[in-house]
Amino acid sequence: MAFEGLAEKLQSVFKRLRGKGKLTEADVEAALREVRLALLEADVHFKVVKDFIARVRQRAVGQEVLESLTPAQQVIKIVHDELTQLMGGQQARLDLGGAPPVPVMLVGLQGSGKTTTAAKLARLLARQGRQPLLVAADVYRPAAVEQLVTLGQQIQLPVHAPGTDRDPVDIAREGVAEARRRGRDVVIIDTAGRLHIDDALMEELERIRQAVAPREILLVVDAMTGQDAVNVAETFHRRLGIDGVVLTKLDGDARGGAALSVRAVTGRPIKFVGLGERVDQLEPFHPERMASRILGM
Amino acid sequence: VVQGAALDESLYEDLEAVLITADVGVATTQRLLERLRERVRAEGVRDAEAVPQLLAEEMRAVLEAVAAPPATPAGRDEPLVVLVVGVNGSGKTTTTGKLASRYRKEGWRVVVGAADTFRAAAIDQLERWCQRSGAELVRQHPGADPAAVAFDALQAARARGANVLLVDTAGRLHTRVNLMEELRKTVRVLQRLDPTAPHEVLLVLDATTGQNALAQARHFTDAVGVTGIVLTKLDGTARGGMVVAIADQLGLPVKWVGTGEGADDLAPFDPAEFVRALFDGGPAGGGA
Ligand SMILES: Nc1nc2c(ncn2[C@@H]2O[C@H](COP(=O)(O)OP(=O)(O)OP(=O)(O)O)[C@@H](O)[C@H]2O)c(=O)[nH]1
Ligand SMILES: Nc1nc2c(ncn2[C@@H]2O[C@H](COP(=O)(O)OP(=O)(O)OP(=O)(O)O)[C@@H](O)[C@H]2O)c(=O)[nH]1
Ligand SMILES: [K+]
Ligand SMILES: [Mg+2]
Ligand SMILES: [Mg+2]
Repeated sequence: MAFEGLAEKLQSVFKRLRGKGKLTEADVEAALREVRLALLEADVHFKVVKDFIARVRQRAVGQEVLESLTPAQQVIKIVHDELTQLMGGQQARLDLGGAPPVPVMLVGLQGSGKTTTAAKLARLLARQGRQPLLVAADVYRPAAVEQLVTLGQQIQLPVHAPGTDRDPVDIAREGVAEARRRGRDVVIIDTAGRLHIDDALMEELERIRQAVAPREILLVVDAMTGQDAVNVAETFHRRLGIDGVVLTKLDGDARGGAALSVRAVTGRPIKFVGLGERVDQLEPFHPERMASRILGM
Repeated sequence: VVQGAALDESLYEDLEAVLITADVGVATTQRLLERLRERVRAEGVRDAEAVPQLLAEEMRAVLEAVAAPPATPAGRDEPLVVLVVGVNGSGKTTTTGKLASRYRKEGWRVVVGAADTFRAAAIDQLERWCQRSGAELVRQHPGADPAAVAFDALQAARARGANVLLVDTAGRLHTRVNLMEELRKTVRVLQRLDPTAPHEVLLVLDATTGQNALAQARHFTDAVGVTGIVLTKLDGTARGGMVVAIADQLGLPVKWVGTGEGADDLAPFDPAEFVRALFDGGPAGGGA
């Protein structure tokens, strides 16, 4: 399971810390060095780790902690707090308020899991009583439209898919109109994968945003992503103003540090996690629970 | 990278930032920096600006030590069988399409087996690629046994006197025991027709992947004997440093790099070029 490696590492650091009873500043420093390496090994971004360690150090190295009755416990609690903060504190829900049809747009790098997530999300919302319409706005990837149409059939939900010789901006706009006509109340727009540095394609997303004013723009991020996650998230956020993140492929053994980095640099919460290829494998993200699991608490 | 820096601890910290932010990983970064410090000591290097160059040399040496050229159909009587494997979304189908195109341009007859029968429209995606390059697709229906498709494809390739068979497989996380077994079975079934097949097993890695790439390389190698890596999506800002860790710790070479979504965006791996790009621009995201 994802995060497991990080959990093991941190727990062994804390076990040693607990075994010590009284703590010196040097003990805390040694533990922080190990925490730093554990986070880096988990793919948390270099700078995010640096800031994190600085914050923990500031709170942990003071007299209050070191001279308390349970110094190790206090240090661990500080790390837990900071880790929970890093993951976004409270659970963040999707905001589908406003007049229907409410547009939701999925964006991200190539292969991160957008199309699959679009179908998963549509299915989840349908089970909550919503009436989603999927929109196939990836006109570039070979058979991207067919992929979404096939998934739509699997989950028995309609897909607006006018083909690939159309402008994705028009497809999105018409998708919303189509939803209004058919009385569908949520529109989930699947967009083509793109690099954050691809100016023309990033601009296309800006135009879609302008055309349909999505209530939620969700950045879909692969949990196995390394240090580049911050560049990607920062750029997508700067250009589009994302509302949340979907972290996919958490069913593997990725240490999941990208989750921490993305949240830290965008300030936007992880809203869902993808836990498999099947359309029923999408779950809400619970930061506090995840922090507890990482720390084995 | 660290112009004008004094030859002190902060120089090594800056270099650590470069390696870590390029996804070289903690263990290999530490090993490389240790070797670097030794060299600086042994060679009495005083000029701070010479140090990054030495580090680049160390990295290139790691990659070159395991380097191996891609397999070629030249001089074979039977089709060269290439199996393309990897985790979900890494770029297998695209790479298969690019390879087909490349081999076609070299004048070879190419058959492609659509052994991803699971993912929605995976077969259609591969079909588009084959239509572009004139490679011949062997497919069955969605949900068919992937090993059976591979078997069919090899049989067809032989019958038609093809030079190359490329087999695209479904994405799978290396932690999925049953799916890894399915891949093993695909290999066994191919070997019923040609005991020497597959001649190349390419593990497709997304350059944006972090340390998980090492686990991927380890598990896919254990299961089906990976012979080389295809590092895709190098056209982004990710530097793909985990292939240095993989070369260092597992001895696996990189054979190809993917630099875009077009048919021609595939090139043989060049360690010198790769290391140069890794150092260019310094730490991603402004590191140190
Ligand atoms: N194991 C696992 N696989 C997933 C998950 N989400 C998506 N995938 C797989 O990841 C691969 C890529 O997913 P897609 O939905 O096609 O990704 P995409 O972002 O739409 O890709 P492009 O449109 O090409 O940019 C597919 O094989 C999916 O089945 C997940 O949570 N877990
Ligand atoms: N920028 C860029 N995109 C790439 C490259 N290689 C593949 N892609 C894109 O990455 C996405 C996923 O590629 P696929 O070939 O479908 O990946 P896959 O491994 O076959 O995916 P699954 O079969 O679902 O596991 C697609 O949008 C491709 O166009 C590359 O070198 N550069
Ligand atoms: K790159
Ligand atoms: Mg897609
Ligand atoms: Mg594929």
